[in-house]
Amino acid sequence: MYEIIEKSEIFNVHKMVITAPEIAHSIRAGQFVIVMGNEYSERIPLTVSDWNTDAGTITLYILEVGISTLELARMKIGDSIYAVTGPLGVPSEIKNYGTVVLGGGCYGIGGIYPIAKACKEAGNKVISIIEARYSAMFYHEKELHAVSDQVLYATSDGSKGIRGKVEDVIREMLEKGVKIDHTFFMGCTQMLERCSEATRPYAIPTKVALNSIMLDGTGMCGACRVSVGGQTKFTCVDGPEFDGHKVDWKELYTRKSAYVERETVAYQSYSHECMAETRLQQEL
Amino acid sequence: MELTAKERMAIERHGMAEQPPDLRNRNFKEVPYGYTPEEAVAEAQRCLNCKNKPCVSGCPVEVPIPEFIALIAEKKFAEAARVIKTKNVLPAVCGRVCPQEAQCEGVCVRGKKDITQAVAIGNLERFVADYERENNLMELPEIPKKNGFKVAVIGSGPSGLTVAGDLIKLGYEVTIYEAFHRGGGVLVYGIPEFRLPKKIVETEIKALEDLGVKIYYNSVIGRLHKINDLFTIMGFNAVYIGVGAGLPIFLDIPGMNLNGVFSANEYLTRSNLMKSYLFPKYRTPMIIGKEVAVLGGGNVAMDSARTAMRLGAEKVTIVYRRAREQMPARAAEAHHAEEEKIEFKLLSNPVEIYGNEEGWATGMKCQRYELGEPDESGRQRPVPIENSFFEFDCDQVLVSIGGQANPLITSTTPDMKVNKWGYIETDDWGRTNREFVYAGGDIVTGAATVISAMGAGRRAAKAIHEDLMKESDETLRPPAGEVEDGDEE
Repeated sequence: MYEIIEKSEIFNVHKMVITAPEIAHSIRAGQFVIVMGNEYSERIPLTVSDWNTDAGTITLYILEVGISTLELARMKIGDSIYAVTGPLGVPSEIKNYGTVVLGGGCYGIGGIYPIAKACKEAGNKVISIIEARYSAMFYHEKELHAVSDQVLYATSDGSKGIRGKVEDVIREMLEKGVKIDHTFFMGCTQMLERCSEATRPYAIPTKVALNSIMLDGTGMCGACRVSVGGQTKFTCVDGPEFDGHKVDWKELYTRKSAYVERETVAYQSYSHECMAETRLQQEL
Repeated sequence: MELTAKERMAIERHGMAEQPPDLRNRNFKEVPYGYTPEEAVAEAQRCLNCKNKPCVSGCPVEVPIPEFIALIAEKKFAEAARVIKTKNVLPAVCGRVCPQEAQCEGVCVRGKKDITQAVAIGNLERFVADYERENNLMELPEIPKKNGFKVAVIGSGPSGLTVAGDLIKLGYEVTIYEAFHRGGGVLVYGIPEFRLPKKIVETEIKALEDLGVKIYYNSVIGRLHKINDLFTIMGFNAVYIGVGAGLPIFLDIPGMNLNGVFSANEYLTRSNLMKSYLFPKYRTPMIIGKEVAVLGGGNVAMDSARTAMRLGAEKVTIVYRRAREQMPARAAEAHHAEEEKIEFKLLSNPVEIYGNEEGWATGMKCQRYELGEPDESGRQRPVPIENSFFEFDCDQVLVSIGGQANPLITSTTPDMKVNKWGYIETDDWGRTNREFVYAGGDIVTGAATVISAMGAGRRAAKAIHEDLMKESDETLRPPAGEVEDGDEE
């Protein structure tokens, strides 16, 4: 189970195709899985970017940010992942909205693909906007083009599309009077907040896929709680998508930073383990 | 040599030797060491083997207590364990976590005058179960020929394990779906190692697997498979839902979402299931509090407080709304917590958690309470005293004030009847309003004990057996299961 059958890397974002037939069968756009690389790992929530029911596989894009994603990224084709739990979370609400804009950055470039696909199948005009620091960092583009009426780019250095971010593209569209009926955003929290601010003056329905800290993913622990419209919600069972105009962003940033110090400790310990291992290999 | 009643009465209760408080509050090893065989025999000799056996009626699963104790007195320890197992599949667990003082020991004749002099039934149960396991004397019961019926059990906690154990012995094909990567439910994510070593749970689960129970981990039913799919696609004939309580409750007071404020579920899951106490070898991090406040007075609150102490807290305080005698925690746990220098602020309730600019908890404001008129449960209701606020510093708050029903299954099974709190409605035997769907444990009762969940599992297993056998008589064949036979692995 959970064998890695395909793997590649695009600037710190690791693509993994994993055997998980039951998940591939049940998953819907917007849902996620929780992954443990080995039995010592953390449980990491990861958006499922694609799946193939016939082949029984799911595709994950993993941003290497800490010790657990690093260890996961070091796994090889043919290795089996210790645990993949899912699908989790409420699927995206898909219907014919009219014109739907999807914004993705980082792991969200791959993450918005299934939502775009489902929106397209539901008869929407789909505009996908993706951002990166520079053009070589984009991935999963061919697939995204296939399900989008339009794919727009934003890069920090202007090497592809406009120089700027997803929200700059959206602002420009809105200023020009493009009618947008619904939006979905996935990526880092800063991006989600900025995009929500861009759509707020126009009162465009805005769904953001939050990535708060999670543990069990079934509603049991409340680690992932966020304040939305003054109410406490659990990202794992009430989300991951929430109304971007109602999220308490400040609280979310604070809660997401809770373990930074401990993560550094884990990372240092990993470096020591690696050095010890290397020394051992040299001695042998 | 048979002892007279008088001689039996003369023997004082044998306490179990324990790690001293100052040592154990810095390690995760089990607190009591267990009886020696000599101590067990001497304790067993205290049992008067009374005619009306109040202890048996005091036990939710009616373990034949005097019988197993008599076998201990004869040094037939493994036989004693087997006698318990006719009624209770997890004696090593129950001997450790049952609230004996409110059950078997609470009604023991020897404890009538002084409850601390009741026969130590829990200790004896633990002793024989440990003896059997440690000496590899566990015997697999005979499994009858498969009867062609397939039963899915959702959740591998105490009630799910009981259902699985009972049904596999009746010839059913049993499959457990567990959401986590390890089996045992609350026994592994909730109850700490120092109270219930995880090796014990692993042994019990291994034993079930040896009997032929299949366990699928990482399987969140409601999401991966819906209840209906278990019947229509997977070909099960009956489904038992034992998914446990669920969502933690947070107080509706300012500061509940500050960093450093955790549900006890999260705190304990990190430490127990994810083994954060062995961080960084195990990668899941844990915030180590210096001054920790624990809200609540149940076993989970005691477990959280004692875990915090072991992880290195300088000071741990339990804040509880009612009085000491009203705490729902097992007597031994509250006693152990006190010994481990955990402070109790009783008749106190938080009204605000203070935080600093970085969003971390720094302290708590509480209000004092006094006991008023008795409420529906018969306990005196705590009433706030006006203008009786006090404050204290804490950088970590562990919230252990109960939970609410997990909606994962009920929300994806629209026709399942639930009560106004979202818990599944069943008859006394665990039957839900859906034919061949049963439920038991915390998802039916709300947070309760391991043994009551096991009792519910036992009753549901009987109901499943009865209903399916009736079905089998009516149709003279299993409804769906046999179609699937042959292509399983």
